[in-house]
Amino acid sequence: MVPEIGHFVLALALALALVQSVLPIAGASRGNAVWMKSAQATAIGQVLFVAIAFAALMQAFIVSDFTVRNVVENSHSLKPMLYKVAGTWGSHEGSLLLWILILAAFGAGVAWFGSNIPAETKARTLSVQAWISVGFLSFLLLTSNPFERVFPPPLDGNDLNPLLQDMGLAMHPPLLYFGYVGFSIVFSFAVAALLEGRVDPAWARWVRPWTLAAWVSLTAGIALGSWWAYYELGWGGWWFWDPVENVSFMPWLLGTALLHSAIVTEKRDAFKSWTILLAILTFSLSLLGTFIVRSGLLTSVHAFAVDPERGLYILGLLAVSIGGSLALYAWRAPEMEPGGLFRPISREAGLLVNNLILAAATGTVLFGTLYPLILEAVTGDKISVGPPFFNAAFIPMMLALVVFMGLGPFLSWKRADIAGLLDRIRFVAVLAVVAALAAWYLLYGGPIMAYLAILGAAWLLFATLREWALRIRLFEVPLAESVRRARNLPRASHGMTLAHAGVAVLMMGMIGSSAWKSEEIVFAAPGTEVAIAGFDITFEGATQVQGPNYIADRGTLVVRRDGELVTTLFPERRYYPVAESQTTESAIRSTLAGDLYTSITTPASDQVNNAGAWTLRILYEPLVNLIWIGSILLVIGGCLSLSDRRLRVGAPRRAKPPASDAVPAE
Amino acid sequence: MKRLIAGLPFIAAVIFGGFFLWGLNPDRDPNEIPSVLISQPAPAFDLDPVPGLETPGLVRRDLVGNERPVVVNVFASWCVPCRAEHAVLTRFVEREGMRLFGINYKDKPEDAVKWLNDLGNPYERIGSDLSGRTGIEWGLSGVPETFIVDGDGTVLFRYVGPVVGPDAVERFTQALKQAGALPKGAAS
Repeated sequence: MVPEIGHFVLALALALALVQSVLPIAGASRGNAVWMKSAQATAIGQVLFVAIAFAALMQAFIVSDFTVRNVVENSHSLKPMLYKVAGTWGSHEGSLLLWILILAAFGAGVAWFGSNIPAETKARTLSVQAWISVGFLSFLLLTSNPFERVFPPPLDGNDLNPLLQDMGLAMHPPLLYFGYVGFSIVFSFAVAALLEGRVDPAWARWVRPWTLAAWVSLTAGIALGSWWAYYELGWGGWWFWDPVENVSFMPWLLGTALLHSAIVTEKRDAFKSWTILLAILTFSLSLLGTFIVRSGLLTSVHAFAVDPERGLYILGLLAVSIGGSLALYAWRAPEMEPGGLFRPISREAGLLVNNLILAAATGTVLFGTLYPLILEAVTGDKISVGPPFFNAAFIPMMLALVVFMGLGPFLSWKRADIAGLLDRIRFVAVLAVVAALAAWYLLYGGPIMAYLAILGAAWLLFATLREWALRIRLFEVPLAESVRRARNLPRASHGMTLAHAGVAVLMMGMIGSSAWKSEEIVFAAPGTEVAIAGFDITFEGATQVQGPNYIADRGTLVVRRDGELVTTLFPERRYYPVAESQTTESAIRSTLAGDLYTSITTPASDQVNNAGAWTLRILYEPLVNLIWIGSILLVIGGCLSLSDRRLRVGAPRRAKPPASDAVPAE
Repeated sequence: MKRLIAGLPFIAAVIFGGFFLWGLNPDRDPNEIPSVLISQPAPAFDLDPVPGLETPGLVRRDLVGNERPVVVNVFASWCVPCRAEHAVLTRFVEREGMRLFGINYKDKPEDAVKWLNDLGNPYERIGSDLSGRTGIEWGLSGVPETFIVDGDGTVLFRYVGPVVGPDAVERFTQALKQAGALPKGAAS
């Protein structure tokens, strides 16, 4: 019964979305206030219905209702409750339902909180949001019904992919989707603005909190996914440049660019058509991600069940939404009048460079991700593009970005004072060079790129701290005065400092764990000793343990340093009989200085197994935890900025474009 | 000019869309890597034996002029799937009478010796491709890979990845039978 209710309310949600996709926008062009207002009710109604459907599916998973095909395929009665709940979004259908729920939630969010947005803009935006809803709800209902029954019902389910039975990954899709799909509302705002033919600082101010909210969750989602890959896959890597990783990373890169260009539109009324384009492209890349993950277009370690039929449907959706919006852009963007003017050395110019680099980086990732497909289509050759390409192309761009990232906040709007700038950053530059040289002296043996990256990270960190210190006049005035100044600074400013510092911390973690990683892979019988990064590790043997829905071989590794016991690690190799698959559970000794990472693999051959020998993988990854700490700083910085008074209190009156005689910005 | 620039994203999107449409062709399997070597002569190579092992080295000549087609397997001790595949290949050699030659790819000799001593050695000859040069000649995309070569030295079949699991074994068996690489009357 409950699944049928779920199915039924989805159909109702589709009906509401259909109404919302026509009525408010028609009202906006006719000036009919009632029609426009209807969007409010339909948007909130939509999210309620989709939430009921989602709850219905979750209920089926919680009670293990094996009459529902989706539950049979992705759950098992013995699975821990947490993963039964997480199983709701573990499949193609369930995750698509989550996708739509978030889409509807963002629409309802604008309907609910957007009292400061003019009625017409709001009506158009919500209509555009409803177009997306219609597309995806019909996709779900027509091709991927999550509530499909199965007859006769089997006694038990097939279990969720054991790799996914993990706390980090249970939370990864909701966060990632919140980010991915959150950009939909920004897209809707952009399309609405194009339809209206007007973009101004007020528009940028309405868009910014939504962009920021999406960006924050996308950051958290990507970091969580990376963390999961780090400890669950058993390789000790945190980023693999896998197509599916890339498709989540591209919206992040472009979303970051959007976040910054929206500031310029908001503060200086410039970069207008560029901001609009970024808003469209960011969501387009999110859609592209959805398409690639669900169509089997590229090879990846974590794609959903491949179905060309579904792929075709999503491609159709893509063609309409991306093609339509970009065509609209091509038609309307040239008519937008350029605003705010600036000098080559100014905050605007700094942000322009930031945007260009981020866009180029996105293009690089896009190219690397799709190159195998394009090459195959053109020449028939099959290749895969791996980390060497991305590292060679991407890292130098990021280093250039970091240089400007440190510099940017020092620049003032319109026209920056070069002499004063040099004066303020000289000290920082010297400090960064000293730090890099010190690293070179102390940590010989790393690749040259690593030292350059250290230079970049140190520069960014010091420059960010210096800029913050300048703002609150630290050490120039009494401390109490500095604290007072810090309090009075807008939260967005602290947010920026924190986020930029987070990037520097993140970089340090990436550099340490990739350039100075040590790794030992040994084929070990009990009693084997391994020495790595100053630790002496003794393999004491493996025992079999029984989990709720798995059997595990648990290795015991005693870690000593200079003869003294540090810790005992228990990496596991788990076998899930129902799903017939295995996972590695690495055991990690984490400190700020670095992670001692161990995992164990069962030897494939039985005769070796009898001898009690195992493959051990032991890594030492210096500073790797800084990656997660840096990500957390990014998220906190974003949240701080989101809580800024400016974004909470009513939007300002529409600003008049400032008159000036300098060169146009666009 | 401005119009043209504003239209560029649209044009780019249309081009990408075209590629995607092409990519959705249901017959296309992005995981399949075809070999340029199929029905081509096997590349020339001359590999020394693995030091510390009594098995002789492998030269292209060894593959040519055999009564039945033979199998060349590229393996390494550091490759975990190879371990799983090893048992399958051994079974083919022992039960079906398949002739197996090995290329030990980018492997430390002492590791390879230990590996083969632990697991057993089903290979008639093993060439040590320490530099990976021969692997390049064979167009290797990874380890393990397995080739069937007929008496003229022509490559008949290539299998990328470990021959492990019912589907893979079935495909490999079919290929062996088609090539005539198994002696008549072998147990199976």
